[in-house]
Amino acid sequence: MPVQFSDTALAEVKRLVARYPEGKQKSALLPVLHLAQDEFGGWLSTEILDYVASVLKITPIEVYEVATFYSMYNLKPVGKHVFEVCQTGPCMLNGSDEIIDYIKEKLGIRPGETTTDGLFTLKTVECLGACGYAPMMQMGKHYREHLTREQVDQIIAESRK
Amino acid sequence: MGRKLLLDKAHVENIRLYEVYRREGGYRSVEKALKSMSPDQVTDEVKKSGLRGRGGAGFPSGMKWSFLAKPEGVPRYLVVNADESEPGTFKDRYLMEFIPHLLIEGMITSSYALGSNNSYIYIRGEYAWIVDILQQAIAEARNNGWLGKNILGSGFDCDIHVQRGAGAYICGEETALLESLEGKRGNPRIKPPFPAVKGLWGCPTVVNNVETIAAVVPIINEGGEEYAKIGIGKSTGTKLISACGNINKPGVYEIDMTISVEEFIYSDEYCGGIPNGRKLKACIPGGSSVPILPANLLLKTAKGETRMMTYESLADGGFATGSMMGSGGFIVMDDRQCVVRHTYTLARFYRHESCGQCSPCREGTGWMEKILWNIETGKGKMSDIDLLWDIQRKIEGNTICPLGDAAAWPVAAAIRHFRDEFEWHVNNPEEAQKRNYGLAHYADPLVVTA
Repeated sequence: MPVQFSDTALAEVKRLVARYPEGKQKSALLPVLHLAQDEFGGWLSTEILDYVASVLKITPIEVYEVATFYSMYNLKPVGKHVFEVCQTGPCMLNGSDEIIDYIKEKLGIRPGETTTDGLFTLKTVECLGACGYAPMMQMGKHYREHLTREQVDQIIAESRK
Repeated sequence: MGRKLLLDKAHVENIRLYEVYRREGGYRSVEKALKSMSPDQVTDEVKKSGLRGRGGAGFPSGMKWSFLAKPEGVPRYLVVNADESEPGTFKDRYLMEFIPHLLIEGMITSSYALGSNNSYIYIRGEYAWIVDILQQAIAEARNNGWLGKNILGSGFDCDIHVQRGAGAYICGEETALLESLEGKRGNPRIKPPFPAVKGLWGCPTVVNNVETIAAVVPIINEGGEEYAKIGIGKSTGTKLISACGNINKPGVYEIDMTISVEEFIYSDEYCGGIPNGRKLKACIPGGSSVPILPANLLLKTAKGETRMMTYESLADGGFATGSMMGSGGFIVMDDRQCVVRHTYTLARFYRHESCGQCSPCREGTGWMEKILWNIETGKGKMSDIDLLWDIQRKIEGNTICPLGDAAAWPVAAAIRHFRDEFEWHVNNPEEAQKRNYGLAHYADPLVVTA
């Protein structure tokens, strides 16, 4: 099946492009890639990148350059729930290493891997700007902060429902 | 209680909503500027205020504005840097989350001063929910006539757009940010030309931090001279400090720059001291890039003077015995913490975030990470410490943008002040592997390694 944005998504692309001067539609690339990732199951295949290039009337290489540079674009499939756990200094001071070890043990996967049921992906990430509320992780659009083992248990149980 | 100019209303119920913000005196600075001041008069007030860039560099904001080129017929842009990614820093997030209209108000007033009809907020991609908060504030401002065509009948048009990044610390560097806003990889540009001459889409551009632009609101409301009366010397006004690490009350505090570091750490009004009866070991006072200081040098300068929470006092002693205000990311470490491991996490961070354009940074950050990992896990040699020192020296100053310096400084300061802790790891490989830090004493901070 060919890759195709929904009408709502196409309207959003149009709105995004209108925010820049004439001929500067490439500026919409980052937001459009976010949109594509949300629209097409959480990751960006080469077909999707080529499609984004055609939508924005730029060359595919311009899209590849960007998609491979920024850490939020997933270039391979991810689980339904992605745990992005911060491991940088301030979180480390508050026990992020232990939280990462605990999640590894609970889910039986290492960072970068997805559980065989396709439910969970674990990623270790660098500073997310929540240092005062450490340890923490990002799940989709939101942050889960002040993590404890009990909360990890609870989040996993909620996600399994 | 110190004075608060930015967060004084941040906890009024529903202050996120336009009606409440307006009722509490919001958007007065826009009225005052557009109805009774010329753009140059607004810039003059910012100059008089002594406001310094709140993103980390501390460059005088009014001066930065006055560099903006104004060729006929060429659009000019204001871009707000909300890419906040420096480890330890989460103040802009707090401001945008709790009192978003303050940023929007500051942007309208600043856009008027700079002649920017389309201004952009570039926000880090991970702050996805804050994008919604800002979009709502912008829509409310537009519906109430503060954005759009001919605002307040002044003839000035302005619109604000929010652009989300996608996970790259380097995009906090202003030219990388502009590249990213143009839909490219965040590779910093060679300067000159500076953005004030050739910025977004080749047009004159001012890039300012969120907190800097928010501070324009009280500066216009109260006047630059009044603002400059707060603080000490060239550290005028108030500063947001995001405090984290091993303290009782982590969070974001607005300080007027008149208090001591000791008061900031131990007073209940701020960090509330160190938890669990632990002792203060060290602190990185201005975000992960600035030099770490051991407790004694943190609380007093090498000359024995009380160290204050000001740009000048935090930098007293240079890098040999001082540090920097930086972004205000205040990271506190208690006496259980291992400086080698902490420095390793920062080296890993900078390796991950290096854009790869300049060899010293691309290669050097990776080397530093690996060597620090070896030392941390008991596989290091004594010569590795000197090798680390050598590598950081060869990165510093040899890259297009300051990320190289930012990666080098934490390593340099850790060795400078805590060399005995590195040596302990080399001499006690088995204990180092068990992560038993086993330190009875700290390096004498006054003995400087190099």
